[in-house]
Amino acid sequence: MRTFAHHVAVDPAEAVTLVADDPSARFLAGGSNLVDHLNLGVVEPGLLVDISRLALDGIEETSEGGLRVGATVRNSDLAAHPVVRRDFPVVAEALLAGASPQIRHQATTGGNLLQRTRCVYFQDVTTPCNKREPGSGCAALEGYARHNAVLGASAACVTTHPSDLAVALAAVDAQVVVLGPDGERRVPMTQLHRLPGDRPADDTVLTHGELITAVELPGDRSAPRSAYVKVRDRASYAFALVSVAACLEVADDTVAEVRIAWGGVAHRPWRATRAEAALRGTRVDELDEDAVRAAADLELEAAETDDRTAFKVPMVRNTTALVLGRLIGEVAR
Amino acid sequence: MDREIRLTVDGEPRTVTVDVRTTLLDALRERLDVVAPKKGCDHGQCGSCTVLLDGRRHLTCLKLAVSADGAEVVTADGLAADGTLHPVQEAFLAHDAYQCGYCTPGQVCSAVGLLTESAGEDLSDDDIREQMSGNLCRCGAYRGILAAVRQAAREVRR
Repeated sequence: MRTFAHHVAVDPAEAVTLVADDPSARFLAGGSNLVDHLNLGVVEPGLLVDISRLALDGIEETSEGGLRVGATVRNSDLAAHPVVRRDFPVVAEALLAGASPQIRHQATTGGNLLQRTRCVYFQDVTTPCNKREPGSGCAALEGYARHNAVLGASAACVTTHPSDLAVALAAVDAQVVVLGPDGERRVPMTQLHRLPGDRPADDTVLTHGELITAVELPGDRSAPRSAYVKVRDRASYAFALVSVAACLEVADDTVAEVRIAWGGVAHRPWRATRAEAALRGTRVDELDEDAVRAAADLELEAAETDDRTAFKVPMVRNTTALVLGRLIGEVAR
Repeated sequence: MDREIRLTVDGEPRTVTVDVRTTLLDALRERLDVVAPKKGCDHGQCGSCTVLLDGRRHLTCLKLAVSADGAEVVTADGLAADGTLHPVQEAFLAHDAYQCGYCTPGQVCSAVGLLTESAGEDLSDDDIREQMSGNLCRCGAYRGILAAVRQAAREVRR
């Protein structure tokens, strides 16, 4: 591991300035992903700006009835928060489906969103990877592909984003609060992560030096029922093959609002907006599994698969039907 | 680049100068001769380096020592008070919840953390399996580990 300078930040503005002014600098929060990458040689920063002691670890109710979650709130604390459990079960369920109890105590809210892909080639510095080393190629095109994307991939990068939390936050239409050298801005969660295109090194729309300071869960209760289901190769402590986050509201026996986000299928959480549009306004008694599968298929028309990844299409279709079936079942009770 | 850090380890204040690249696990094992936490994968996947860090179960291989400056660390060695084993340790003995023993200090710390987190809640066997999934046992002593955690959870509720 190459050596680096380590600085404990005293306030967010100082942290932003230090990182923005040094192309080799990185923010360090919980460290559960970054320290691994230091060990593996995936990143070799010259400066680590430790933001874990900043006062960004609170959860506050907003005047709109939502929640403002500080960037360094631990995944375990967010999952256990009573308002999250009551109003945003999809968020709590996604968090508890991720990592292990030890890592959930370490990993932060902002860090979870900014964790890097678990593509085996990204983490193996002896193989080509355009995300790690632009222009070097992509070993996943011909290699191990179980976690590859089926939507929105490019010739340069076929990987998926590993965060469960990001998928849930995309479904609840969360906002990400970002502090940069020019001040604060808000980025809708659905727009934080990008598709790889020809710049797979950039996971998000954030520029170097921009710091996530908080995530805001909306007070808008237009789709209060929500759930998260993750499908993986073993029952626990594994990344998603596919996952589905959904939020639903039924009024007058009709789907008043539905929001669906998929994980494990793309370089970012994938909002299934075509499926949502097809389901909105549907009468609940017509919303059986086949109807949900048909809506999912509208979204999946764009899927590009090969014999290594084709399993993901029926898997995400069926998981979507499972999750919406559960939510509709809650309405019926 | 070196940095002096302070830790409380198993009740004792310790001060050590470490290279900033040093993980908390290496600082404990190589610099402070605290060898209860074990290096298994050094990669955040096996849980054998688990300690209680400021009261919560935590991996030490994915944590820089400089990030832990000022923290309180309790390892499996620090759980026994005045020579009396912790109920989790007693339960591991009673149920033969190990074979080679390498993962055991991490398993024990993780179980102690779980009992704190669950705060006397009734834990099903599936809850225990899920909540202990961050600790691997290559010998496959899971049946004994499950039985031990179940017994310790019952004793804590009493």
